[in-house]
Amino acid sequence: MIEIHNLYKAFGPQMVLNNLSLTVRRGETKVIIGRSGVGKSVLLKSIVGLARPDSGSVKVNGVEVTNLNDRDYNKLRMEMGMVFQGGALFDSMNVGENVAFVLNEFMNLDRKTVRDRVRDALALVGLKDVEDMMPSQLSGGMLKRVSLARVMCMEPQIILYDEPTSEVDPITAAAINHLIVELHDKLKVTSVVVTHDMNSAYHVADSIAMLYRGQVIADGKPEDIRNTQHPVVKQFITGQALGPITEDENLIFGHVK
Amino acid sequence: MMDIAARSGSFTLNWARYLGQLFILWAQTMTCAVTPPFKGTRSLVQAARIGPGSFVIAALVAFFVGMIIALQMAYQMVQLSAEIYIPNIIAVSLTRELAPVLTALIVAGRIGAGIAAEIGSMVVTEQVDALKAFAVNPVKYLVVPRFVGLLIMLPVLTMFADIIGIWGGYVICVFKLHISHEMFWRMVFHALTTKDIVTGLVKTVFFGMIIAIVGCHQGLMVRGGAEGVGKATTTAVVRSFILIIMTDCVITFVFYFLLKV
Ligand SMILES: Nc1ncnc2c1ncn2[C@@H]1O[C@H](COP(=O)(O)OP(=O)(O)OP(=O)(O)O)[C@@H](O)[C@H]1O
Ligand SMILES: [Mg+2]
Repeated sequence: MIEIHNLYKAFGPQMVLNNLSLTVRRGETKVIIGRSGVGKSVLLKSIVGLARPDSGSVKVNGVEVTNLNDRDYNKLRMEMGMVFQGGALFDSMNVGENVAFVLNEFMNLDRKTVRDRVRDALALVGLKDVEDMMPSQLSGGMLKRVSLARVMCMEPQIILYDEPTSEVDPITAAAINHLIVELHDKLKVTSVVVTHDMNSAYHVADSIAMLYRGQVIADGKPEDIRNTQHPVVKQFITGQALGPITEDENLIFGHVK
Repeated sequence: MMDIAARSGSFTLNWARYLGQLFILWAQTMTCAVTPPFKGTRSLVQAARIGPGSFVIAALVAFFVGMIIALQMAYQMVQLSAEIYIPNIIAVSLTRELAPVLTALIVAGRIGAGIAAEIGSMVVTEQVDALKAFAVNPVKYLVVPRFVGLLIMLPVLTMFADIIGIWGGYVICVFKLHISHEMFWRMVFHALTTKDIVTGLVKTVFFGMIIAIVGCHQGLMVRGGAEGVGKATTTAVVRSFILIIMTDCVITFVFYFLLKV
């Protein structure tokens, strides 16, 4: 369970999270949508402690983490997995070692068990016989999936996905959506999924929250979001070039003077 | 005038802050190095990456420096008919001073720069963030093995440089200055005492720490893409050079005036 209250985070003069509050219940899949650069990745990073917020409160499983020391944070982090937007695979290791990272680092398992668990995790994301490849030899979508497998391998209770279906083909995207739903149904994993992909959002979400100007401006069931009358949310989910968001930013796409 | 004063003020302040940051990283590294779990193989892997490649170039430099000292000394000593003391000078100046410093500078250029670039690109591709997210301390995982690897390899490289540098002097003394083979080695071992070698090796311990900590610190501080990585690499080399030379001066001072060795 993740509870965020009145979170502020600025980079220099730029206010990214501005009094943001959000609750993700245990076992829930929460989808976060919002425009590029609105602070979705920063939000995920402040949950795992990679970005320390300026003020406000973040509670993970009831523990206040904003001022937590590293040792206690690491205990929590063992239960949390984060799929980074760019994959963030360790490029000095091959795919197998990347996926086995947590197993090798924290558990004393024999080689065969590790190998089997790596293979199973890769199979979950639709990859086979890639253990010996180096990250630099993989395509963008494959990187993303290996990064997902690396998190699957540690069997966390909470998974934070940063755009898991960007850069992958529609079939793989559907498979990843299916995987997220299965983890939710069978293992009762709590998930936060950041995405631009509304299909994916409707498919996996228990609830959808939209981030805009550093705040959550809408939070509700997928149907409610789909039928919303909120002009900003409506422009975003229907993908219109003209509307309150672009007017707000003084941007006019597709019009040459 | 004011401008110069203000600038040198902020320069000093920046360096003081920088040294403070280095000290904090050093303290963290030491703490991590002595807390279990220990992963010794990682340090050995790093040591193996440092050693063989640096050996050839350190040996080459030491060999030529040995020859150069012999020649420069001959220029004066021959006039005094004192060329017989050249082997002493070569042995002492190499082991106490030149081999440790030159080897450290070579390793700082080769390895320190590499460390900064490697860790820096891990920062910009979020690999360091990923380590943290997996509850792994980047200092323990990235800095400690490089630190230990350098602490192992730099003294070893320096000892090789000592030996090969003296052989460089041998070439000049025996073949150009007509000092006999037996005489050369008698004079070398007459002059060299254990403390000369030990003081040289004590220096390398400090130099190894400087190279590792400066390189890792620059790498971990990288912000902003490939350009940041490039800057970090250059800065790491420049700053370790400065710190190595300054530390050398301080240690030599301490040895000479305080410990009388
Ligand atoms: N380390 C940083 N230093 C300075 N500014 C940053 C940093 N990280 C993020 N920002 C700024 O914070 C804002 C939000 O970034 P973030 O990466 O969270 O966007 P996002 O919503 O994930 O976008 P996208 O959908 O494109 O991934 C951006 O405007 C970015 O410029
Ligand atoms: Mg992002």
